[in-house]
Amino acid sequence: MEKTLKDLKKGQTAIIKRINGKGGVRRRLMDMGVTKGEKVFVRKVAPLGDPIEVNLRGYELTFRKEEAERIIIEG
Amino acid sequence: MSNITAVKDSTRTYTIALVGNPNSGKTTLFNALTGSTQYVGNWPGVTVEKKEGKVKRTKEQIKIVDLPGIYSLSPYTLEEVIARDYIIEDKPDAIINIVDASNIERNLYLTTQLKEVGIPVIVALNMMDIINKRGDKINIELLEDQIGMPIVPISANKGTGINNIIAECIQSINLIEEKKDNLDIFNKEIEKCVNELDEKVKDIARDNNYNSRWLAVKLLEEDEKVIEKIKINNDVKNTINDMVQKLEKQLDNDIESIIADQRYKYIASIVKKSVKKKNQGNMSNSDKIDKIVTNRILAIPIFLVVMWVVYYVSIQTLGDYTIGWVEGGIGFLAQQVETLLISLNASDWLLSLVIDGIFGGVGAVLIYVPQIMILFFFISILEDSGYMARVAFVMDKFFRKFGLTGKSFIPMLVGSGCSVPGIMATRTLENDKDRKLTILLTPFISCGAKMPIYVMFASAFFPNNRGWVVFTIYILGIVVAILSGILLKNTVFKGESAPFVMELPPYRIPTLKGLLIHMWDRGKAFIKKAGTLIFAAVVVIWFLQSFGPSLAFIEDPAKSILASIGRFIAPIFKPLGFGDWISSVAIFTGLVAKEVVVATLGVLQGLGEVTEESVELIASIQVMFTPLKAWAFMAFNLLACPCFAAIGAMKREFNSAKWTLFAIAYQTGVAYIVAMLIYQIGRLVI
Repeated sequence: MEKTLKDLKKGQTAIIKRINGKGGVRRRLMDMGVTKGEKVFVRKVAPLGDPIEVNLRGYELTFRKEEAERIIIEG
Repeated sequence: MSNITAVKDSTRTYTIALVGNPNSGKTTLFNALTGSTQYVGNWPGVTVEKKEGKVKRTKEQIKIVDLPGIYSLSPYTLEEVIARDYIIEDKPDAIINIVDASNIERNLYLTTQLKEVGIPVIVALNMMDIINKRGDKINIELLEDQIGMPIVPISANKGTGINNIIAECIQSINLIEEKKDNLDIFNKEIEKCVNELDEKVKDIARDNNYNSRWLAVKLLEEDEKVIEKIKINNDVKNTINDMVQKLEKQLDNDIESIIADQRYKYIASIVKKSVKKKNQGNMSNSDKIDKIVTNRILAIPIFLVVMWVVYYVSIQTLGDYTIGWVEGGIGFLAQQVETLLISLNASDWLLSLVIDGIFGGVGAVLIYVPQIMILFFFISILEDSGYMARVAFVMDKFFRKFGLTGKSFIPMLVGSGCSVPGIMATRTLENDKDRKLTILLTPFISCGAKMPIYVMFASAFFPNNRGWVVFTIYILGIVVAILSGILLKNTVFKGESAPFVMELPPYRIPTLKGLLIHMWDRGKAFIKKAGTLIFAAVVVIWFLQSFGPSLAFIEDPAKSILASIGRFIAPIFKPLGFGDWISSVAIFTGLVAKEVVVATLGVLQGLGEVTEESVELIASIQVMFTPLKAWAFMAFNLLACPCFAAIGAMKREFNSAKWTLFAIAYQTGVAYIVAMLIYQIGRLVI
């Protein structure tokens, strides 16, 4: 099984491989800079366990775990 | 340039679009450019605000159109579609693209897309003060050279560099030769396809008034909206399919990803060359604040304290005092006018119209203006500082359970003071579905104006447990809102849940000017409503209450048209336990403002003007109602369709008569069912 961003713990870093699925959410993630080869750092998980906060391209982005599950990472 | 063109140009009106990411300082720049000449409207058919303004201090006539904050020209969100349609179809003379220099990579993504549209783009590189403070260095000339667009470094907050933008725009518009330097974003294979397609769609592009290269990229990206709009023949269609298949195979990815990847790769390469960051390792102030504010244990308590402070100041204390002041002012004014009218021998009906109808009715709504302004001031602080985004982050999971998002909390909290600003606060929600549902549910949270109703009944039937009675009514409202959320999420609002992909902007100290502008923008709408729709409604109710069926002016409201209507509709409320005409009329007059319900119950029983704690009123209520009937009546008033002011706010925010009617019907329907259940089940139990 491939590793996804959801598998990462707080404080870990990974390289993005691709985003699964289709449609608007996927496009939105790419527009926000979640693209192949980019490094993401998982900064935080919200107090209730979802969503998560990541740092990439020098800014902070948040999305839900169901989105994180679609983001395939290397490793 | 020849003299003839120069003369022509000075009389010409230029239209310039302002485009940029959310949180890039776009509103601040817009205000700095246009000052008080702003005109706020809506984009056709949607609730997204459209702002326009004229540039001050220029000899040319320049109109600036503020487009919604967007991250991309993709066709997936309402804002993106609006911005894109405007740029592509209305073709402004130039685009000012505001770019946050402190978040340059992601901001330039939109810039690379704007470049393809074929309209002169001027980059306003904002937040230069932050860059300087951090000690970062941006080589403007090198960057300008690489992206092929003029760059004007500015600080919108500090007001520096702004004057240069317009001059740069005029210059770019008047450039005679057509610049055609495309950026080297795409690799050889893609570039070849784009060029080939560009040649093939030249005619289609001309017919639709599109830039052909832009169209070629969009077709290659398989952009749904563009494909929907234009007619392409099978030859072009097949060419695209072949290209896409070949490219996807070659680059081992789907075409959408390939193009987004290449844009970002290109940006990363130019940023690497022209931006030198000083210290990357250190934690920024924003990170330090976030460490506490979104902390696992502290986040929710901090959130609750912040909300409590907002509520306490704007609803409970300061806001509440202002209600008293305005009430006093309006009362004084009414008295003066009354004296004047009497001295002029005005007829009874005119006196009644002006004093009871207009001053009484419109006044009942206007007294909330300062409170609403204070509330909006606080909401603006939460938004401008960046905290609102954290609220959404912290509370998202909780609110998602009943079809809402983290940001829905604010409108509901505000709604506990008054539904009108609550409904208006839903504007902070980006997603249409979330916004509609939040508008619909906010009136279920009991507003301050309904309090006198509860106090009256509680005093009449539960004098020793008044606090508890009121508390249970509030809880009932919250429970109904939650259950409705779950119900509507699975029926009317069924479908894919709105994606939650959101930027958490760095914390910033809001400027007073920005806060006041936000506050005024929102408060103004409420005053306008009170002057038009509410005014008309109040006059109608006054007429029904003051005239008999024979259209004669009457003293005794029991003989009024409204009383007749009350008698007619009363049987409808029989299953709810209060099928008498007085209660029916009170429900009706509650549409003006909910506190009027108490006054109506007093007036119609011949007690004159009474307060909710008057002994006579309470005695008469004890005769008219039973505890169970009182419960049902309170529940109905809590949940049923809100007052005219709130209906007006719903209409404005839905921007649709159909949705407003649905909301009114749903709320009143739920109220009816709940009140009936309370009465009927209660009867069986007792």
